[in-house]
Amino acid sequence: MRIVVDLNRCQGYAQCVPLAPDVLKLHGEEALMYDPNPPDSLRLQVLRAVASCPVRAIIVDEFDKKGEKA
Amino acid sequence: MRNTALVADLVTEFKTNGRIVIVGASLAGLRAAETLRDEGFNGSLTIIGDEKQEPYDRPPLSKQVLKGWVKADHTLLPRLRKVDADWRLGEAATGLDRANKQVLLASGDKVPFDRMLIATGTRARPWFNPKEAELEGLFTLRTADDAAKLQAALAAKPGRVLIIGAGFIGSEMASVCRELGLNVTVAERGDGPLVGALGGVIGDIAAEMQRDHGVDLRTGISVQSLEGDAKGHVRRAKLSDGTTLDVDVVVASLGSIRNTEWLDGAGLAAGFWGVACDAGCRVFDVNGVVTDSIFVAGDIARAPHVLYDYQFLVLEHWDNAVFGGQVAAHNMVSLEPDRRPHLPLPAFWSGQFGVNIKGVGVGPFGDEIVITQGSVKDRRFAAAYGRRGRIVAAVTFNHGKWLEYYGAMIERSAPFPPPPPGYDLPDGDMKPMPARFPDPRVPTGYPDVVLTGHDPTDRGAEYRPKKR
Repeated sequence: MRIVVDLNRCQGYAQCVPLAPDVLKLHGEEALMYDPNPPDSLRLQVLRAVASCPVRAIIVDEFDKKGEKA
Repeated sequence: MRNTALVADLVTEFKTNGRIVIVGASLAGLRAAETLRDEGFNGSLTIIGDEKQEPYDRPPLSKQVLKGWVKADHTLLPRLRKVDADWRLGEAATGLDRANKQVLLASGDKVPFDRMLIATGTRARPWFNPKEAELEGLFTLRTADDAAKLQAALAAKPGRVLIIGAGFIGSEMASVCRELGLNVTVAERGDGPLVGALGGVIGDIAAEMQRDHGVDLRTGISVQSLEGDAKGHVRRAKLSDGTTLDVDVVVASLGSIRNTEWLDGAGLAAGFWGVACDAGCRVFDVNGVVTDSIFVAGDIARAPHVLYDYQFLVLEHWDNAVFGGQVAAHNMVSLEPDRRPHLPLPAFWSGQFGVNIKGVGVGPFGDEIVITQGSVKDRRFAAAYGRRGRIVAAVTFNHGKWLEYYGAMIERSAPFPPPPPGYDLPDGDMKPMPARFPDPRVPTGYPDVVLTGHDPTDRGAEYRPKKR
């Protein structure tokens, strides 16, 4: 799957980090680092992390890309 | 009444049968394509990109990718909807024929359009000496391919890495090198890291941060030449202070070059500084007349900004690509009363040495700075930039939650120095001091925001129609 975090919007609340610790990490106290293309097996974890974000900064792919050429 | 119906018919007809070409398949181009479909554009959509990869995100390349945590080809951008486009990836646009409304490709193909979006962005500025640029072990960083090669070189545990240029990306790379336990030297021509974007006061703090983390930072120094061994691998760098440095990996982090050459001869206001457009992303021709069918978004869009004396601004910021692409797309399928302006409050972030640096506004527009909150010593603080008694920008180190407070003041052109938020007062006195930005006429090599003024160097205009 694919995610992107709008790091302008992210305020480092880090609610997402414990919910998907293999995907979202803190670099220092406030800077979020993440895996933009985590394995699909972690989708549920990531969706929980998305829902936990107080400023809704985590954006996930909205559709199955099959059928799109690129 | 009939006219109104006719205009509505035109929009419907264009949305049904129109042809739109987007040149540039990165963040701005992708988000523009999605917006076009969201707005009901059902005509033919072609997306041209010179890289083979589908749209991917670049900010992770200098951080989690170089560190080796995320693979270079694993930063693909999430898709927000189907775009049902004809993707022409790995094909560079080489020209624009405005008379026949065609984009020319390197392959010789011509792609016709009714409306076209320019989103070709920038590329890394190469090392200035073409012969030395051939050396193995010399890198630049802009694309996923660049990142993959540089990551492999860092993973091979080089004896010393030399980073030339201490802008945001150079500094982020230095941070990664230290996290990987590598010896790293940063050579910066200016007075300190980040001075182009944030000025000398913040540059001093950034310099201390680098040195505390074991970076061999050398400021006021340029690299004059690079030397290779018998196999053509870079081994030595000659510095402007007469010293030499043994190196195994060199990264030229010298800022970017705007990809506008393909527009040469098309008669658009495009060139070194970017592509000039109005606040609605419509491109100007060389005479400053707005075009109806050509739009621009992302790193090379250069528009007058109401907050900054209507100077033309280019913003190499992530959200400028997103919002610019969306507004351009909306305006491409809308008529006058429905068009929207793209007037972003500029915003950026950079993670380095465990500190989250964030900013809003345009620092170099200001000439004074005041620390407003927190502790510089602990590298957890906020500072505001001012010009002529009004606040024009703010920067935070590990204090990002406060940025909105300052952003709202910048939008209102509130007084400078700003009233303290009454919380978390800083160590020292809150006295404004000179922000120490370099002279804007001196090229810094890594400006990510450029105040281009009204382009006094542009002498291409035809003054007044000549009567024959």
